[in-house]
Order: sequence, then C-alpha cells, then structure tokens
Amino acid sequence: MTPTSSGALTISDGRLALSALLILVNVALSAALRLGLARSLLVASVRMVVQLLLVGFVLEWLFRQDNAPLIVLLGAAMAMIAGVSAVQRTRRRFAGIYLNSLLSVMASAALVTGLAVTGLIQPQPWYDPQYLIPLLGMVLGNTLNGISLGLDRFMEGLRSGRDRVETALALGASRWEACQEVVRDAIRVAMIPTINSMMVMGLVSLPGMMTGQILQGAAPAAAVRYQIVILFMIASATALGVFGVVGLAYRRLTSADHQLRLDRLINAGKQG
Amino acid sequence: MDRPLLLRAEQLKRQLGNRLLWSQLDLELRAGERLGLVATSGAGKTLLLRALALLDPLQAGTIHLRGRSPASWGLPRWRSLVLYLTQRPVAHGGTVEENLRSPWTFQELRGRGGWRRERITGWLEALGRDPAFLAYDAERLSGGELQLLALLRALQLDPTVLLLDEPTASLDRDTSVAVEALLVEWLAAGSRAAVFTSHDSEQIQRFASRTLGLAR
Repeated sequence: MTPTSSGALTISDGRLALSALLILVNVALSAALRLGLARSLLVASVRMVVQLLLVGFVLEWLFRQDNAPLIVLLGAAMAMIAGVSAVQRTRRRFAGIYLNSLLSVMASAALVTGLAVTGLIQPQPWYDPQYLIPLLGMVLGNTLNGISLGLDRFMEGLRSGRDRVETALALGASRWEACQEVVRDAIRVAMIPTINSMMVMGLVSLPGMMTGQILQGAAPAAAVRYQIVILFMIASATALGVFGVVGLAYRRLTSADHQLRLDRLINAGKQG
Repeated sequence: MDRPLLLRAEQLKRQLGNRLLWSQLDLELRAGERLGLVATSGAGKTLLLRALALLDPLQAGTIHLRGRSPASWGLPRWRSLVLYLTQRPVAHGGTVEENLRSPWTFQELRGRGGWRRERITGWLEALGRDPAFLAYDAERLSGGELQLLALLRALQLDPTVLLLDEPTASLDRDTSVAVEALLVEWLAAGSRAAVFTSHDSEQIQRFASRTLGLAR
C-alpha cells in the first residue's frame, strides 16, 4: 500500500472486498441461532456499501463546487431525509407528524450548523462544502435519533398515562398541567443518549470523525478540538429538535379546549 | 317555587364510527337532583358523562351551566364545576393526603378554598374510615379505597354538578350505602346536582331522584 498525499494508507479494491467477509461472522451467528437475520444483514450490507461508494463520488464532485444555493439545497435535502426517517421509527402517527418532524429537524440543524460555520469554525466561504456537509451530517444523524426517541416516548406516554392525564383534566387542570410530566419525560429520555455519549467520550468511544482525522495524519490535539465543537453542536441541536417536535406533538394531541385528543393517534402499520 | 336550573344540554349527539349511540338528547338538571342514567352496557353512558364534562369534543348540540356556555366559563373552570369521576380512578405516587391536595395546585383552583383536613376526616368518618387513611400509600390502595380517594378528591372541590361513573362499583354494600348518604348530605349543602350510572338497579332505585333512559 502506498500513502496518499494527505497521509493515510489507501485501501485497495481487493482488501475492501476482503473486509466484507467479516459480515460472515454475523451470518453464521444468525444461522446457528436461527435469528432470521441473514436476509436483513445482507440487504443492510449491500445498502451500506452502495450508499457509501455513491456518497464518495458525490462528495468528490461536491467539494469542487463553489455554489452556495446548490450546497444549501443539498443540506436541505439531507435534513428532509433525516426528518422523514425520524418519524419512521415511531410506533404511532398523527396527521402532520412528518411536517412537525421536518420543521424541528430543519430549524434546529440550520440554527446550530449556521452558528458553527459563521462563528465557531469560520471556513472561507461559510458554505465551503468540505466543512458544511460533514458538520451538518453529524448534527442531523444525532438529532434524528433524539427526535425518534422523544416522539415515540411522548405518544406512548400519553397513551399509557391517559387515565392520569384525563383525571387531572377532569379536576380542572389545564392541558399543560395535565401533560407536563409526559412532556418532560419524553424530552429527558430523548436527551439520554447524547449525555451518555458525552460522558464516556474518549474513554470508551473514539468518535468516528476524530478517528478519521487522526488516520489522515491530523494532530490528535487538533482533531480533539473539532470533536469538542461537534459534540456541543450535537447536544444543542438535539435539545432544540426534541423540544420542537415534542412541543408540536403536544399541541396536536391536545386541544385548545384542554382535551386529550388520542383519537388523532393511529398505529404505524409496518415498523421501520 | 322551582329549584334553580343548573345544567342544560340540548340536542347532543354521539357517534362512534358508523354506530350512532344517542342523538337529539336533551337534559335539564336542577339543584338537588340525582339523575340516574339507565341503559345497557355499551349504550354510551360514560360517553355522555364525558361529553357533559367536555372531555371529548361535542359532535352536536350545546351545553350551558347556569346559562353560560363552556367557552365563557373557560374549560378548566367548567370541569372543576361539572366534575367527572371516572370508572377507573387513578392516583399518583405519594400518600392519600398528597393526592387529595394535588388539585389545589392547579392554576384554576388556587385561591379557591384549598385543603381542609377536618372536612376530609369528617367525611372519612362518615364512610367508616380512620383518619390514618390519609397517610396510606396511594399506589397500594385497593380498588374500593381508590374509589373513595377519587370521590373525596372531587367532593372537596364543591362542583356544581357531579358526574359519577359507577362510583361504588368496587365497594361493599355497607360502604356504598354510606357513600350515598354522604352524597345526599353534600348535595343538600349547596346548589348542587349529580348524574350517575350504576349496574346495581337497587342502587338506582335507592339513590336516584329521577332516571333517564338512553336509547337511540
């Protein structure tokens, strides 16, 4: 293998193919224990490879662009995919849930990433895709998880806590007084993964981005600084996104007449 | 002299999917009345009580309390005055007393009367319960005790109309009779009325001053 200009060793096609053999461990385990996962594993592997190879090409092309609207449009498309995927992992739906998720993802990601490229990292120009796109990607990936968790927990919490919420309403509570416990619980649960990952960061996990930079020959001390900024971005974007989506769901599943409107909830047919 | 009209509902309707439960339902409730709802299971008795408390949106018709619409009272206010007691009472963690105190923290009820321990212990005595009941862990109450907790939690707010959904379903006969006596006394102490459902036809005969049949 020969080092590339930037330092890391290049992985040849043959060795890339060899790495795919590692998935056989999963396939063998699934077959031995009859987990029925072989097919999903295979599909997931193929998807992962194809998606990443494509993204490699797209990014190479993209990094040569110097067109702000195009790059922002691409960022918006990424946010849309994140918003839709977040909903697909919830067990229940209501009319407008996709719009709520999209709004929350886009607003939180745009605000936090915008702040990062204009104030914290300051690439020139601000829309330099080499910075903007990976930063946005990491923020979106984590916000998505938070929104999924928060939405799901909120809807299930209202269902299982229905008698308690309606008892409070029947005694004269406002909808906020009756639901605030469920709202708080959903936001708290959605933030746990982010807080956990910050707790053990560097001790248990070396985040992907930092690993990548170090492999590329960047000084670990410099890579760590990026990681710190990214984690703060992720934490704040997740908090904003979760707050937004749970707040919008709360408004949708209660009424201005202080009623609980669980009749607006429907089961999601197949789960993603 | 006519007793004052408290609640008037006109042309109410309830439909579940394609199934029409009741429609063109008119109801008037005057002070001191104890109206028993009589209907087979699944006829929508609970849904009628919920509709009067506006816990569900009205599908048709209007309701007024002392001549004023729910919107003019404000919905939390309305529900503290037209108070619905569910068939499945719930308590949150903590003691019985903490549960009884919790409604007084709602914005709507702050500054209205408030927690009065002697009043509650008086009622407990009438129901054959010791004041020690107040210190019990609310999450470990039996079904019947939970019903008593829910009843006292509602009574202390002095609603104008009390909507009772199977209020004594989990209670023994003696306690049921004591609950009825307590309710009669409470109703007589102000300009109040009650609507109730029961699977016990004897109780309806004993307690109702008037009945209403729910039919399509």
